Amino acid sequence: MAHHGKGKPPRVGDHPLFRRALLTFVLVLVGLMIVAPLVVIGVEAFSKGVAYFGASIADPDTRHAIMLTVITALIAVPVNTAFGVAAAWAITKHDFPGKRLLTVIIEIPFSVSPIVAGVAYLFVFGLQGLFGHALQAMEIKILFALPGIVLASMFVTAPFVARELIPLMQAQGRDLEEAATSLGASGWRTFFSVTLPNIKWALLYGVVLCNSRVMGEFGAVSVVSGNIRGQTNTLPLHIELLYHDYNAAGSFAAASILAGLAIVTLVVKVALERQGAGRIQRPSALAGADTVTPEVKP
Amino acid sequence: MKIRLDNVVKEFETFRAVHGVSLDIDSGELVALLGPSGSGKTTILRMVAGLEYADAGAIYFGDENATDIPVRERGVGFVFQHYALFPHMTVGENIAFGMKVSKIKRSPQAIAARVKELLDLVQLSGLKDRFPGQISGGQRQRVALARALAVDPRVLLLDEPFGALDANVRRDLRRWLRKIHDELGITTLFVTHDQEEALDLADRVVILNKGKIVQEGTPETVCRSPADAFVMNFLGDANRLEAEIRGGKAHVDGIAFEADGIADGSGQILFRPADVTWREDGQGIAASIVRVIDRPDSRRVLAMTRSGQAVEFDTAPEFPHRRGDAGFLDIRRPRVYAAA
Ligand SMILES: Nc1ncnc2c1ncn2[C@@H]1O[C@H](COP(=O)(O)OP(=O)(O)OP(=O)(O)O)[C@@H](O)[C@H]1O
Ligand SMILES: [Mg+2]
Repeated sequence: MAHHGKGKPPRVGDHPLFRRALLTFVLVLVGLMIVAPLVVIGVEAFSKGVAYFGASIADPDTRHAIMLTVITALIAVPVNTAFGVAAAWAITKHDFPGKRLLTVIIEIPFSVSPIVAGVAYLFVFGLQGLFGHALQAMEIKILFALPGIVLASMFVTAPFVARELIPLMQAQGRDLEEAATSLGASGWRTFFSVTLPNIKWALLYGVVLCNSRVMGEFGAVSVVSGNIRGQTNTLPLHIELLYHDYNAAGSFAAASILAGLAIVTLVVKVALERQGAGRIQRPSALAGADTVTPEVKP
Repeated sequence: MKIRLDNVVKEFETFRAVHGVSLDIDSGELVALLGPSGSGKTTILRMVAGLEYADAGAIYFGDENATDIPVRERGVGFVFQHYALFPHMTVGENIAFGMKVSKIKRSPQAIAARVKELLDLVQLSGLKDRFPGQISGGQRQRVALARALAVDPRVLLLDEPFGALDANVRRDLRRWLRKIHDELGITTLFVTHDQEEALDLADRVVILNKGKIVQEGTPETVCRSPADAFVMNFLGDANRLEAEIRGGKAHVDGIAFEADGIADGSGQILFRPADVTWREDGQGIAASIVRVIDRPDSRRVLAMTRSGQAVEFDTAPEFPHRRGDAGFLDIRRPRVYAAA
């Protein structure tokens, strides 16, 4: 059209006014909903000076909360990684009855509210719960202690690794593993020399997502941990507690740690996505395609 | 190594993919499994390799019952249809893989020497440090073969080895595979749905249909005496005319053909487009020309018999007749079969 000046007919939504409006809308929302809160956390955390920030972090209860969160992640992430790899391997490289069902069940934690998971754990391990009396008799403490926190975190993040791996491994098929086996490789050897190198970026991606969720999990953990300050409070729970204590600066200081972690996660995630994780790779030699950029050996 | 399949059966859930196949392959023989898509070729090959277990029957390697030997220990070299090269390893590392994981310990020097020898054999000496993504399809195919040969397999199995390549590369690689086979003398079974490839390459062709062997024999046998209408059709272009069989003769439009040993009833006559001569007078089945198609070296003529059955045949480029002309089809080498 004439007013376009370039002689090209405008496509739908190509009008400059529309474009500007759309862009403004998106930018304002991103600013208000994502950037502003993060900036506020940073500013508030240091509102009473660096010294106060240091003191807030050094507070024994805060330090304990950080430790507890790290320990939880150190247990839950490796276990869920092993689980995710095993589940993805079983589902994509083997046939067994109930495979479809398993695939669906693995995804359940995504669709269940974490608080529901926490309550369910109460019913299973609580005093009035299924194993409550047996556990009490054996003096094993699960609820309101580290095991409960770890279990709840694991439930919530169980699908993360498997979900990254399954589509990729499905697309890769079984040919590579069959080739390795026919050449005489054992199951372990096949996994470590053939399967793992071809899924490593997706695996790392899953681990990073899983970790950031474990460290940030609030709902499920808040139900099973009992919120005991300095004992069973993880970092997210502690932040809430500080906030309710009208200790805004302390709460923001603690929150800035989680926010910092989120930014690190984001950077790693973007770096991994560049390596081709987080989306299905075209298996190059497998499909016999000629156009795939080859992986360059480090 | 001799291979023997004894009444091998394979079922997937409720679907029977292979119905009691028995087959003997001599030591050093090059045998083609030929059949249309879904006829069970890959399934049979995978059972021989041990990648799939037979539901019934037995597979022997020499005198040893190999049915329950797992793939790892079966000592077969398997070349996958899409090569299945390890994308994160170089060509050299791909070829060395089998030797590295083998129970027989080899020194790194011995492995390197063997890799070099195999690269020379498959004529890829310069490509040792490339990745599979950096070489052509035909080259990948040869790497896959070298990788399979590296473990000194007792048997070489190839699934549609040239399926993903263009026609010229296919022809070259075919001749080249035959040469390698003759040099190494390794018992080889390969799968193809391309009859030209099977006839060109194999000592013996095994033709499959719906999970059953319908004919096996040398390329000459299957070409000159197809066992049934399916084989005749599958091996190349064929015309089919419905016939009525009475007293050892097959009758079509008043013309009788020899039909020794075929029971009375409805039957069919099959013949190749090259085995028809167009005559203007008397001899043969009356027909009229429907269309003439020009080809670089011949003319393909589409005709219709008086009873409305279509026939195609090839003539010299000088063939003078046109659409609507009437004449007679003189058929050489007709093959008569009972109706399917
Ligand atoms: N894993 C499987 N599960 C179920 N059915 C299968 C499986 N593998 C093969 N089949 C079926 O068995 C039949 C034979 O398959 P097969 O792969 O052996 O055919 P093929 O002769 O190799 O065909 P093509 O030329 O298309 O490769 C097919 O009908 C196929 O659908
Ligand atoms: Mg096949």
